[in-house]
Amino acid sequence: MTDDTRAAAGTGTTGTGTAAGQQISDTFTGSEGASAALKPKDQKGTTVKGIQAAAIPAFVAGQELADLGDTDPRIVVLTADLAGAGRTADFRDRHPDRFFNMGVAEQNMISVAAGMAASGLRPYLSTFAAYVALLGCEQIRTDLAYPGLPVRILAHHSGMSLGYYGTSHHSLEDLSAMRAIADLTVVCAADANQLRAILRASLDLAGPLYIRLGRGRDPEVYPEVPASFAFGRAVRLTEGRDLTLITTGSQVRPCLDAAALLAEQDGLAVRVVDMHTISPINADEAIAAASETAAVMTVEEHNVTGGLGSAVAEVLLEAGAAVPFRRHGVPDEHVVLGPPAALYAHYELDAAGIAARARRFLAP
Amino acid sequence: MATEARTGAPLPARGTAERAQLISLLTAKAKLVRRETVRLTRIAGAGHYTGTFSAAELFAALYYAQLRYRPGQPDWPDRDRFVLSKGHAAIGLYPVLADVGFFDPALLDNYTRLHSRFGDHPDMRKIPGIDFSSGSLGHGLSTTLGMTLAARVQGRPYRSYVILGDGELCEGQVWEAAMAAGHYRAGPLVAIVDRNQLSIDGPTESIMGVEPLDEKFRAFRWQVQRIDGHDFDAILDAFAGLHADPHGPPQMIIADTVKGRGVQRMELDTNWHVGNLVGADYDDVLAEIEAGLQPVTAGRDGQAGGGND
Repeated sequence: MTDDTRAAAGTGTTGTGTAAGQQISDTFTGSEGASAALKPKDQKGTTVKGIQAAAIPAFVAGQELADLGDTDPRIVVLTADLAGAGRTADFRDRHPDRFFNMGVAEQNMISVAAGMAASGLRPYLSTFAAYVALLGCEQIRTDLAYPGLPVRILAHHSGMSLGYYGTSHHSLEDLSAMRAIADLTVVCAADANQLRAILRASLDLAGPLYIRLGRGRDPEVYPEVPASFAFGRAVRLTEGRDLTLITTGSQVRPCLDAAALLAEQDGLAVRVVDMHTISPINADEAIAAASETAAVMTVEEHNVTGGLGSAVAEVLLEAGAAVPFRRHGVPDEHVVLGPPAALYAHYELDAAGIAARARRFLAP
Repeated sequence: MATEARTGAPLPARGTAERAQLISLLTAKAKLVRRETVRLTRIAGAGHYTGTFSAAELFAALYYAQLRYRPGQPDWPDRDRFVLSKGHAAIGLYPVLADVGFFDPALLDNYTRLHSRFGDHPDMRKIPGIDFSSGSLGHGLSTTLGMTLAARVQGRPYRSYVILGDGELCEGQVWEAAMAAGHYRAGPLVAIVDRNQLSIDGPTESIMGVEPLDEKFRAFRWQVQRIDGHDFDAILDAFAGLHADPHGPPQMIIADTVKGRGVQRMELDTNWHVGNLVGADYDDVLAEIEAGLQPVTAGRDGQAGGGND
């Protein structure tokens, strides 16, 4: 990425952002002006543009890490010049001796974290998904997964959530690349509370973990931190027999909303499954959807090649499932230019679009 | 001495009887490295002779004179770390690790065979004494920096050493790590470049020039020494010259070496980057190794004498 990019995103480490940052702060996370109002451990009631800070994944990441760091001295945090956007600045402020800004050098950051983990630390590294998963793919495989080291990657601004920044900043291939790596757990956070659960569960996870995050303001799915969270165990959020939507991360909320639309307008009973862990995939839950509901559609903010849809398809075909099946995601093309909300609408990845795609699938 | 941790006692001074005794030991161990590299290559059917021979004196000096470790406790938290960033020279490191007691030397008889722990590139999960897996060039300076910063966080006294290849310096990640090490003043990080003058396709300076290395690392805020990497006195002096400031500059030793050193037909000859000796050649080479280092004659692809200007 480039410096002007960061300035435009309002993710600089000082000040309240440029005019450009103000202009798009509704769209992107990381207005430093908002963070300045937040004191560590004093976020209750704090709102950012009308949203409770405690419900914003971007804010939760640094806060939760700082809390975990209070009791676990092994935790260190690294970023690649995105302490503002990833909110790891909250950790930095409370644990400055365990925070390392590695500059705009993602590959080095991953391998440095590997060396730290090999020496007994528990590194969490945080940066844009595109640069950690795609630029750093080989370092993740060779230095984290192959040695089985407990490094946790917070890959924020995944998918096309950076909107009109364009393909250079999009990460629509990361699930495909990450799930092909042996001994790497791959999980997507749907909202702030699930992210807290993931981070807490990560303390006991052997081996490396890739945590896919959205743009940081993903609307709520889980009203409380899910106590029953476990890697590899999907969550059935709604029940229904006409269709199952198997989804993950940023698409869980719109799928729930789409299910409500389909119930209200079409009388359809839709099961929604949060397949938060992409690797290892919860095969039994996918097979249950195929055997217990009339159709299965996967929904993901990712290229339809190689991600959640491909993972579920592999499971179903090998299980001999004879259920009507569709993958829904970003088509295998470089996406058109536009703000995030417009892109989600264009690719039918908002609630209305998902409902429309489901209708065409069920009644072509 | 090999089975006990060094205590960090000063290295014997140049010119003393103790120094001569130590160098006699190191000379024998460098021969062990070369001899075992030849033997293990025969088991595998091919091996990286030349990039290992250039590092033989460095391996010997590190493991028999400089590093602090406990072979019976490979995960001793305060041990000095060592990362072989040029992982393809592991064939010469394994025999050293076995010799000092990390594992039974007989395990090497299965080198590279199905289910062996020992491949062309080292695996930290399978081999006691390997502090980090390597093989993908350009990663080792970063992982070693991570170990150095971990020592700082944990308040541990160890140093972290890494050997880099000169061809490897073309990898951009090396310079990301060099910049970060300078920025964080990673004093306990000691990097050694095995400056053996050749990469796979030919002399580095014709394939992709890496010089002037001293100036480059100084510009990245490192403390730099440049030595003859086959001269034990020079290597030991360089070790003795390392500073002990945990917040001082990271430390670079550029070891000018000769790729293939110790076997005349291989010296500075790109044809031997990977090879396999057969028949009488095998016995000839073993005899040459036992005879010890002779003056370098001009190789097919490089300049004699370890110079690089």
